[in-house]
Amino acid sequence: MKSSVITFPGSNCDRDMDVALKKFGFKNKMVWHADAELPKSDLVVLPGGFSYGDYLRCGSMASKSKIMQSVINFANSGGMVMGICNGFQILVETGLVPGVLLRNKYLEFICKNVFVKINDKKNKYFKNVDNEVLEFHIAHNEGNYFCTNDQLKEIEDNNQIAINYCDENGKIEDQFNPNGSLKNIAGIFNKEKNVLGMMPHPERMIDTSLSGEDGSLFFKNLINNLK
Amino acid sequence: MIVNEQVAVDHGLKKDEYAKICELLKRTPNITELGIFSAMWNEHCSYKSSRLHLKKLPTKGKKVIQGPGENAGVIDIEDNDAIVFKIESHNHPSFIEPYQGAATGVGGIMRDVFTMGARPIANLNSIHFGSPQNKKTKNLLRGVVHGIGGYGNCMGVPTIAGQTSFDSSYNGNILVNAMTLGLVKKDKIFYSKAAGLNKPVIYVGSKTGRDGIHGASMASASFDEKIEEKKPTVQVGDPFTEKLLLEACLELMAGDSIIAIQDMGAAGLTSSSIEMASKGNLGIEINLNKVPCRETKMTPYEIMLSESQERMLIVLENGKEEKAKKIFDKWNLDFAVIGKTTKSKKIELYFDEEKVADIPVNTLVENSPMYDRKWKKAKLPKKNKIKKEDTKHLKIIDVLKKILANPNVCSKEWIWQQYDHTVMGDTIQKPGGDAGVVRVHGTDKAIAASVDSSAVYCWAHPLTGGKQVVCESFRNLISVGAKPIAITNCLNFGSPENEENMGEFVECVQGIGEASEYLKFPVVSGNVSFYNQTKDQGIKPTPTIGGVGLIKNYQNMITMDFKEVDNLVLVIGKTEGHIDQSLFARNILDEKNGPPPEVNLFNEKNNGETLLKLIDNNFIKSAHDVSLGGIITAVAKMCIKGKKGINIKKPKYLINEIEYFFAEDQGRYIIEINKKDFKKVADILHKNAVHFDELGTINENELYINDKTKVTIDELSTSNKSWLTKYISK
Repeated sequence: MKSSVITFPGSNCDRDMDVALKKFGFKNKMVWHADAELPKSDLVVLPGGFSYGDYLRCGSMASKSKIMQSVINFANSGGMVMGICNGFQILVETGLVPGVLLRNKYLEFICKNVFVKINDKKNKYFKNVDNEVLEFHIAHNEGNYFCTNDQLKEIEDNNQIAINYCDENGKIEDQFNPNGSLKNIAGIFNKEKNVLGMMPHPERMIDTSLSGEDGSLFFKNLINNLK
Repeated sequence: MIVNEQVAVDHGLKKDEYAKICELLKRTPNITELGIFSAMWNEHCSYKSSRLHLKKLPTKGKKVIQGPGENAGVIDIEDNDAIVFKIESHNHPSFIEPYQGAATGVGGIMRDVFTMGARPIANLNSIHFGSPQNKKTKNLLRGVVHGIGGYGNCMGVPTIAGQTSFDSSYNGNILVNAMTLGLVKKDKIFYSKAAGLNKPVIYVGSKTGRDGIHGASMASASFDEKIEEKKPTVQVGDPFTEKLLLEACLELMAGDSIIAIQDMGAAGLTSSSIEMASKGNLGIEINLNKVPCRETKMTPYEIMLSESQERMLIVLENGKEEKAKKIFDKWNLDFAVIGKTTKSKKIELYFDEEKVADIPVNTLVENSPMYDRKWKKAKLPKKNKIKKEDTKHLKIIDVLKKILANPNVCSKEWIWQQYDHTVMGDTIQKPGGDAGVVRVHGTDKAIAASVDSSAVYCWAHPLTGGKQVVCESFRNLISVGAKPIAITNCLNFGSPENEENMGEFVECVQGIGEASEYLKFPVVSGNVSFYNQTKDQGIKPTPTIGGVGLIKNYQNMITMDFKEVDNLVLVIGKTEGHIDQSLFARNILDEKNGPPPEVNLFNEKNNGETLLKLIDNNFIKSAHDVSLGGIITAVAKMCIKGKKGINIKKPKYLINEIEYFFAEDQGRYIIEINKKDFKKVADILHKNAVHFDELGTINENELYINDKTKVTIDELSTSNKSWLTKYISK
């Protein structure tokens, strides 16, 4: 399986994603934002970080960079595109996934482990994951998902919510919502479910010495689903 | 502008210093030259009051590749890997403008580290605020924490450990000390020593603006009621540009174009160019019209003294300019050839085709003032006798809960959750433990780091306090299973012109020196921050020690959370019952006098090294050093972290319960072992003449003392975790 990780000026989880993808068997290439062409890929990842210093609006400048036209075309032709954290912010700026990401409710950066409940498994990202609940890790300042009522209705009708913040038993309640996200949304798909944007960082949960191992579960499953 | 004695005094120079400048130049300096002298001769850059004493610190060792004098210290961690690290203060700016002050402190120290070719792999910080009741404290705390996070998070460098304290002596002068560790290949370390004639001098990074002019001079003066006017001297940080600068510099460093490189920190272009020339015993000629400026009509004086952030000065090999420029173009950074090295041994500046400064480099560096300030030796205070009736009414559990909720002991989760501590995917021990630990990427090795200070002990008796801080750092590293290698120090004190404050400095440095010599824990880098005072009131002496250690196989790292029910808990090191200056004495008995606990360096070394032996033999399930709040506080924290309880039996010594549980005697650790290993562990401890107590056995979820009193761990956890969040949200 071939993957590509895009490096924007200010990306800082690009290396971590490269390490994780390779660990689970992807042949990964790093792609510079100013390139025009995407290498042949089964998966494209927009990594976390602070592209363009979060200036103007998180993700907005990166969404206009040269490589993004190729990424958008790739996504529109059914290619798998995953945006993590700042990558999710870039995805909403391109319009590939609906909604926006506002500043966290308590106006503070949050770095901690969270639990998320998988809402939909009829997609290549979560198909065949045995668990209902995963322990992931978040580190962001703008992860407060928001959209209009019409958008929300459409998202729910199409089952586009990927994961919700919850407790370890999968209970989705306000007190387990770290950033004020609408409906505890932690990740969302496009209509076709080939594009996934999510705030949690699975690449930081890939061995027992780190914050946990549910990231390993996610990547192992992902590469199997793509085969 | 005509330069005279008054203008010099307005620049923070003393009258005799001005006379010396005129004598060295054999003429009156012009305003640009005066500005350069004032920047180089202030306390912050010249170490004029501290140099004499810093020379006495042990700085050499088998593992030391580079000691003090470079951008940062460097130590050998084997396999051609080296760690570059340093701590630095940004106290004054952070009090004036907490967000930017703290942010640029973090930015500055990271630049010091990547200037040497190392990729930063961990940040730490030690921050000290006034009393929680002081009306400024809350906003300063918020601003500083946001600033540290804002910069470090954006850079993508994990903040892995820290220390926060509150004390009314910081009411008018907070402390913000930032530390960075970087990883470099031993044969790819870069230094600031220029070499060769007619080599191009390159300016890279952000453009120069009017921000931070005279920042270093501001940092070398006391505060008064007019501090608000000093806001423009605080620099403004742009972590995004620094991230680009980091990547661009490391890309250029992968080749062989660079002769010398120096970041523009305090006193900007002035100190960076002079430092490179001085170390290389060369001259530097700069055309100031070539310096990329953010604002129009900047004068030579402003360009030379600006402290705009995210800038570097590089001496390149001839003919490498194009190749280097390509890299900086790729990262959208300014790149300008602004001058060349010369044989004149002078700093020569040109602007609009006129020579605007012409100063022999040695007058600025070797001839800078050095003072043997008067200082007063501190007496060891007399011990207090604690009367039985003072403690008779106290219930241990109530006191424990109070101590766990004390601002200086309570959980700082609210702070470190705002720092990205997991980016780079190698953080294996997060903040909240004895030391932060990161793996050396792609290897089995890990690096442990801790920052410590004990202002109360240093205030009570500077010599003992200085020793104690080094020992505490040593213990924190050992508690996570790391072999301590070297330290960096950030020496925060009041005015060197005050004999008592100067005495505190001299004796703390002496204490640090003695301990680091004995423990073979040399000082490889550091920074001095004087004038931490408002009007005549200095802060409590606060030397901060940043310690670094190596874990050869990261799988053997130790954490402090209790692991398993029925395991045994031992105390390593003897408890004598020293209560004076303990958290218990100061906060529960309200007794602020008396000596700090004695430091016995032999015991420190012996106890620590023996514990490392036990760790190497895989006997240790968890470990934690005993510090503020004594044995019971240390044990309670291990219970809270591990979500386990303990049945404690006080050993049958002569000292009473209160003294046993709350004393802050040094050189002690709490360890958890499996029952079946007890004989072997006891044997090793006996053989090495290490005193130990059997303290108790781990249970499910309650803390019992002598089968009489008990409390649930949940209750202790609530005491420990609620103070800070409540305080900040009020």
